[in-house]
Amino acid sequence: MLVVADLKKSFASPEGGRAAVVDVKAFALAAGEQRALRGESGSGKTTFLNLIAGILAADAGRIEIDGADMTAAGEPRRDRLRAEKLGYIFQTFNLLQGYTVLENVVLGMSFGPGADRAHARELLARVGLGHRLHHFPRQLSTGQQQRVAVARALANRPKLVLADEPTGNLDRRHAGESLALIREVCRENGAALLLVSHDETTLAQFEHVQNFTEINSP
Amino acid sequence: MILPLVIYRSLRQHALSTLVTAGSIALASGLLMTVWMVKTQSQQAFTRTSTSFDAVLGARGSKLQLVLNAIFHLEASPGNLDQSDYLYIKHHPLVKAAVPIAVGDNLRGYRLVGALTEMFTDIEIAPGKKFELEPGGRLFSADAKEAVAGSFAAARLGLKVGDTFHPFHGLNFNPNEQHTDLYTVVGILKPTNTPADRVVWIPLHGLQTMNGHDPKYATQVSAVLVQLRTPTAGFLLDMMYNRQGNRLTFAWPVAAILADLFDKIGWFDRVLALVAYLVALVAAASVLASIYNSMSARRRDIAILRALGARRRTIFGAVVSESACIGALGALVGFAVYFILFTAVAGVIRAQTGVVLDVGAGGRVLWLCPAGMIALCALGGVVPAVKAYRTPVAETLAPVS
Repeated sequence: MLVVADLKKSFASPEGGRAAVVDVKAFALAAGEQRALRGESGSGKTTFLNLIAGILAADAGRIEIDGADMTAAGEPRRDRLRAEKLGYIFQTFNLLQGYTVLENVVLGMSFGPGADRAHARELLARVGLGHRLHHFPRQLSTGQQQRVAVARALANRPKLVLADEPTGNLDRRHAGESLALIREVCRENGAALLLVSHDETTLAQFEHVQNFTEINSP
Repeated sequence: MILPLVIYRSLRQHALSTLVTAGSIALASGLLMTVWMVKTQSQQAFTRTSTSFDAVLGARGSKLQLVLNAIFHLEASPGNLDQSDYLYIKHHPLVKAAVPIAVGDNLRGYRLVGALTEMFTDIEIAPGKKFELEPGGRLFSADAKEAVAGSFAAARLGLKVGDTFHPFHGLNFNPNEQHTDLYTVVGILKPTNTPADRVVWIPLHGLQTMNGHDPKYATQVSAVLVQLRTPTAGFLLDMMYNRQGNRLTFAWPVAAILADLFDKIGWFDRVLALVAYLVALVAAASVLASIYNSMSARRRDIAILRALGARRRTIFGAVVSESACIGALGALVGFAVYFILFTAVAGVIRAQTGVVLDVGAGGRVLWLCPAGMIALCALGGVVPAVKAYRTPVAETLAPVS
């Protein structure tokens, strides 16, 4: 499902020169697999996910998602691959505040397979928000907003879901419920899940946990 | 299908700046359309009105004043002609018809014009069309103290058949200068949409001999409206009256004199048009400024859309389309502004000249102007669209951890 090889990314440092942030020799994730990466803040986890998502362009290396080479593709192709094959759950949810709950989820599929409002409704019902379709994110609790983000990430029927500290903004009880929901919905939809976190409670729920420093040596 | 949603939500989120900007576009669009339509329609109307006669003969003076006084019932008469001058041109072999008029009195501000009945029976006010009376009315008798009112004047003065009135001396209403003559309204003319609508017509002889007028002017006329047999006749009469003579003025050709008038007052509508163009430019600039300034607030939304798979060109297109939508909204409201402005201006023109302008009439400017506004606004959206196009997704969404 996901194959990463010799992936490098560096940024210009304030002192001049470049600071390497990501240098991953090899990483792979099988279809439907759920894995967590443990890493401290500033270790390059988000950059790694952004590279996989095609939001950032790699300096070198190869990322293959479901057989499609993200790194060899130009930006428009990366945009399309992201829209068709990936779901992304952000730590801060990144919901569009001016759009309703339903519209947020519909937008999650609009740039890929196309808008399917019935599917969006189903997903929102699945995450327990069937009665909140026309509310705006600001009218929801943090936990509910997180569930909208989950529904949106799965709206385009992705092969791979990336989750960046998805429970970072939730209290312990909601974090546990939310994580269980993400894993369950991914499983139901046959999507692989790659989650990064520094929170041991979150990581403890995964069977497969890997230290990010084991795969990343910039 | 997603583009309309993105545009709609963005417009809703910035509703105030959208409305203010659309309002200024509406003003510019309405103003431009009004200036253009009033100009073209009034020129057409004035030209159409003047087609009944080829020339006007009057006292020595300005040709324009003569035409405005005799055909459009505006301005003062430059002076009088003797009966012999009228009879001379009436029987001139190059002249098809010569119709005398006399002015100098009014009815509460509406001009009284003395004319012969042939003005109504023989003269066509437009090709194939003569003056017509409303049912129940008739023409005045040449020697009676009777009057026929134009439709606009009758409506404004509240005149109906059987009413009587005392005329007032002069072209401007002065309640202290009332004549003792008593006239009876015997007919109301059907609307002609010409200056004749705002005139009260009485027999020529009646105006000439109005009680209080100097008897020595009792046979004089203010002007003679002339129809020529051939176009070349105008050259000969122009030569005879204007070059060889120095007592009378032969205002010919009427259309050219009016064109000269429009040239002279052209600066006014050019200034108005310039103002409208400037308003349009300011409106387009405000589209640019309002969207550009809101870009900081929109960066996150744009980055989220990009993270969901929206391409840069989709974002670019959304911003340009949003600008065009603001332009379209403004152009739409601009029609309401146009309707209000045009109706007001047309009302003033009708009251002042009798010329009727039609707010429902079509014209190229009615689609060119809105289309131009939309294009101008879309153009104004290009700069913020470029900024949106360049939004860095990863940097905007979250700091590198």
